[in-house]
Amino acid sequence: MSAETIEKSVAVKPAEPLLSKRRRKLITDPLIDDNPVTVQVLGICSSLAVTTQMQPTLVMAISVIFVVALSNFAISLMRNTIPARVRIIVQLAVVATLVTIVSEILKAFAYDMYKELSVFIGLIITNCIVMGRLEAFAMGNKPYDSMLDGFGSALGYSWIILTVAFFRELWGSGAVFGIPVFQYVSSLFGPDFKLATNGLMVTPVGAFIILGLIVWVQRTKTGYVEH
Amino acid sequence: MELFSLGIRSIFIDNMIFAYFLGMCSFLAVSKKVSTAVGLGAAVVFVLGVTVPFNWILNEFVLKEGALTWISASMSTIDLSFLRFIMFIAIIAGIVQLVEMVVEKFSPALYGQLGIFLPLIAVNCAILGGCLFMAQRDYTLAESAVYGFGSGFGFMLAIVLLAAIRERLKYSMVPNGLKGLGITMLLTGLMGIAFMSFMGIDL
Repeated sequence: MSAETIEKSVAVKPAEPLLSKRRRKLITDPLIDDNPVTVQVLGICSSLAVTTQMQPTLVMAISVIFVVALSNFAISLMRNTIPARVRIIVQLAVVATLVTIVSEILKAFAYDMYKELSVFIGLIITNCIVMGRLEAFAMGNKPYDSMLDGFGSALGYSWIILTVAFFRELWGSGAVFGIPVFQYVSSLFGPDFKLATNGLMVTPVGAFIILGLIVWVQRTKTGYVEH
Repeated sequence: MELFSLGIRSIFIDNMIFAYFLGMCSFLAVSKKVSTAVGLGAAVVFVLGVTVPFNWILNEFVLKEGALTWISASMSTIDLSFLRFIMFIAIIAGIVQLVEMVVEKFSPALYGQLGIFLPLIAVNCAILGGCLFMAQRDYTLAESAVYGFGSGFGFMLAIVLLAAIRERLKYSMVPNGLKGLGITMLLTGLMGIAFMSFMGIDL
């Protein structure tokens, strides 16, 4: 009788709620305070090139969220069976498989977008955020937590590249999501008024400068100083 | 002559950093000292120069649509190009590992200089980017070798230049929020403007 109650008490040990405070923190921390792009300096590589317009950036952001969350989940499931010496190759294989899935889905359902993003979808494999989160979190934590962590980090990355894309598209081509905002605004002020666009924003230089300024604003607000 | 202009183009005009943002992570992380920047740059030149032609062979004889025709005519309709990502990254990781072992065995001094950078290079976007561009642009074997070395040199040039500027930057007053990543991004932007002037060259 007594043995049975002990067993029961072990079984009913309260499970952590699906979105407990600790788990919510896993998602919200990388958004501002520990942002992968502006604080940890990860993942700048492959994606600034797609930020000339909002739409491809959004597709890129969704793909990265998908790949980071699922690869974190998969690696975390396997974390106890991967030999430490070959872990980079195992991680690369998992990530490359997920990226191939994303690329095939885009090819099937959004061929124009696939053409436009071209090699940059493939370059999600070497996006430092993916490898960084796998090494730093998924190798030592449970699957569900790892998935939330990957989701949060990718979200933190997404809002940065979407902000960069917003300014680049607005000032570079006078539009947001392809809607010609500058044209509407200029037409409000009469026929002679015309808001000018800046060609520099469309070139890579614009991306570097906008990201530099975003980093400046964000670090000034959080008080983070790099030495 | 064609090859020469492709080389010049891949170093200056289609520069990995300033035109395509590839390899930004190590570009920002390893550009604090000129000597380490030279080490990483040399390793990237070497690995790109080897992996791009190697992946060309793989792409031409295994992955491309109809590439398996050399085995038998019945295989001429097979298209394995969806395996491109996973095969390319496997080749890159394998070659990097091999290079590391060879260098360690035959030149311990060079290994001491490059050793720490080699594992980093397997996940450098510039390497995979170079291979994917090669596949996308349908280069020949000779062209892909020139392209590999050229874009490697372009990366090296960029990272050494940035490291030289950052060494001087240590002595200047930079606003707190702009220290580190912020000022480096703005600098890269300004260097990018300088590199844009190469676009006017007709090759």
